[in-house]
Amino acid sequence: MLVTNLAILVLAGFVGFAVISKVPATLHTPLMSGTNAIHGIVIVGGMLLLVTSEAHGALSKSLLVVAVAFGTINVVGGFLVTDRMLEMFKAKPAPAPASNPAPKDTPA
Amino acid sequence: MIVASALTDTNTRELLAIASFALFIYGLSGMTSPKTAVRGNRLAAVGMAIAIVATLLRPSIGNIWLALLGVALGTAIAIPAARTVKMTQMPQMVALFNGVGGGAVALIAYVEFRSTGGFHTVATNVAVFSAFAAIIGSISFWGSLVAFAKLQELLPGRPLTIGRMQTLLNATLAALAVAGAAAIVAGSHSEPLFVAMLAAAGILGVLTVTPIGGADMPVVISILNALTGLSAAATGLALNNTSLIVAGMIVGASGTFLTRAMAAAMNRSILSIIAGGFGGSGQSAAAGGSGGSVRATSPADVAIQLAYATQVVIVPGYGLAASQAQYAMREMTKLLEANGVQVKYAIHPVAGRMPGHMNVLLAEADVPYEQLVEMNDINPEFPRTDVAVLIGANDVANPDARTNHQSPLFGMPILDVDQARSIIVLKRSMRPGYAGVDNPLFTNPRTSMLFGDAKQSLAAVTAELKLLVATPTPA
Repeated sequence: MLVTNLAILVLAGFVGFAVISKVPATLHTPLMSGTNAIHGIVIVGGMLLLVTSEAHGALSKSLLVVAVAFGTINVVGGFLVTDRMLEMFKAKPAPAPASNPAPKDTPA
Repeated sequence: MIVASALTDTNTRELLAIASFALFIYGLSGMTSPKTAVRGNRLAAVGMAIAIVATLLRPSIGNIWLALLGVALGTAIAIPAARTVKMTQMPQMVALFNGVGGGAVALIAYVEFRSTGGFHTVATNVAVFSAFAAIIGSISFWGSLVAFAKLQELLPGRPLTIGRMQTLLNATLAALAVAGAAAIVAGSHSEPLFVAMLAAAGILGVLTVTPIGGADMPVVISILNALTGLSAAATGLALNNTSLIVAGMIVGASGTFLTRAMAAAMNRSILSIIAGGFGGSGQSAAAGGSGGSVRATSPADVAIQLAYATQVVIVPGYGLAASQAQYAMREMTKLLEANGVQVKYAIHPVAGRMPGHMNVLLAEADVPYEQLVEMNDINPEFPRTDVAVLIGANDVANPDARTNHQSPLFGMPILDVDQARSIIVLKRSMRPGYAGVDNPLFTNPRTSMLFGDAKQSLAAVTAELKLLVATPTPA
């Protein structure tokens, strides 16, 4: 199990490098906030501990609720800001021609 | 009955886990082009939803309401924050999101330690991964909070350092954290020891980020991102959860890649950046008025130069974002484009406060991404450029970095602005840049300086341009 998991770890590292090295510098900020959201997957770890055992004391339970809340902030916030940023990079065919006639009527 | 047991089957969960990380990887490969990036990000979000649902597909789930409470709390905090954050504040927002991720990792490791009554009951490798996750998670949480505070200007952005003792103190803290981890792995079930280990790592995180100055922030944020990713992967190894391992490691790889790219863009080693203290440390040794005088100009002159140019290259720096001048700039460049001037934007990799930050700021101001040109692609174009306009940029276009061996910037890849036919520098005053070094570009005979607040200067130039382009079209 350990060896299999380590193999997965190493392969994931190479896949990560291969995919990310192709991302253009223009998109490095959304890339970072997007991968940031992905490591929010630790939320799964918090939930796993919370739902698989009833045995936790009050302190452990509270800590896990905080951990799940932290993970959720990481995930939800990360994907949302990434989406906001990427929407701005979308090619805008409509405004481009519209911006041409606009300055013509500006002199007044 | 059969359906229910099939849904809660371990194999089903494993298959869903594979689907989730496949979506992460496929989604991230969508980021290679702005056209597919929005969809890629949403696919990755779907992958996350699948991973979460798969976790809850179990025959019996205790504390489900507590888990949902955590999700509800997090969502209630994250949505308004993500919706309202300004693009200039994106670096601190990302630092904060990154930090809470690291905090979650540290808390999970702590609860694991508590619930097993110390790690003597689990396999050694699980204990090692958990202790690693706890330490790195804690460093990342506290380090990210400091980075957030510096970027949000709650703490001074300049390097804060206690001098030579700093490295010794950091090394001691690291040694303490590792010693605590070793004792815990060896079987200690002392809870105070675990908390002390978390605390030592946390203080180390604070002390490591505090001395690092504003312009080195892209590197800091990349490192913290990589650390949180690695700590998540370690949690995955400890919990035997494949999606965590894959997702965490991909983030670790991405953060490492960006860290290296940023350090290379400043020609500094990652270690020397972490050691900190660069900038503002009286490093103005190269001063002494390298000779030559500075030529000031007026908005009207600038407008004339720009209006009769064929190609104009804008060089934005952090000063542009600091004075919120990107919209004023865009208004000016729209006017130029409408009059047939070719406008491009030269983006230095460390122009903002996180990797790619400047591109986001310009995209927000409606600059088409095709016009954002990376350093290596724009440099050959400067000799063909009629006017280069520096807005709030300084060190990234300092020719000393190419030629002056004495300069602290020597060796840093720069934008070859000095090769343009004419150079206009928008600058608040003659104060040196972040690195505190002279910039001979300002005394170049082809350079003229337009002093003042960038936003007001750009508005003034735009007003002059409107007058200019209004007159020759009487039809």
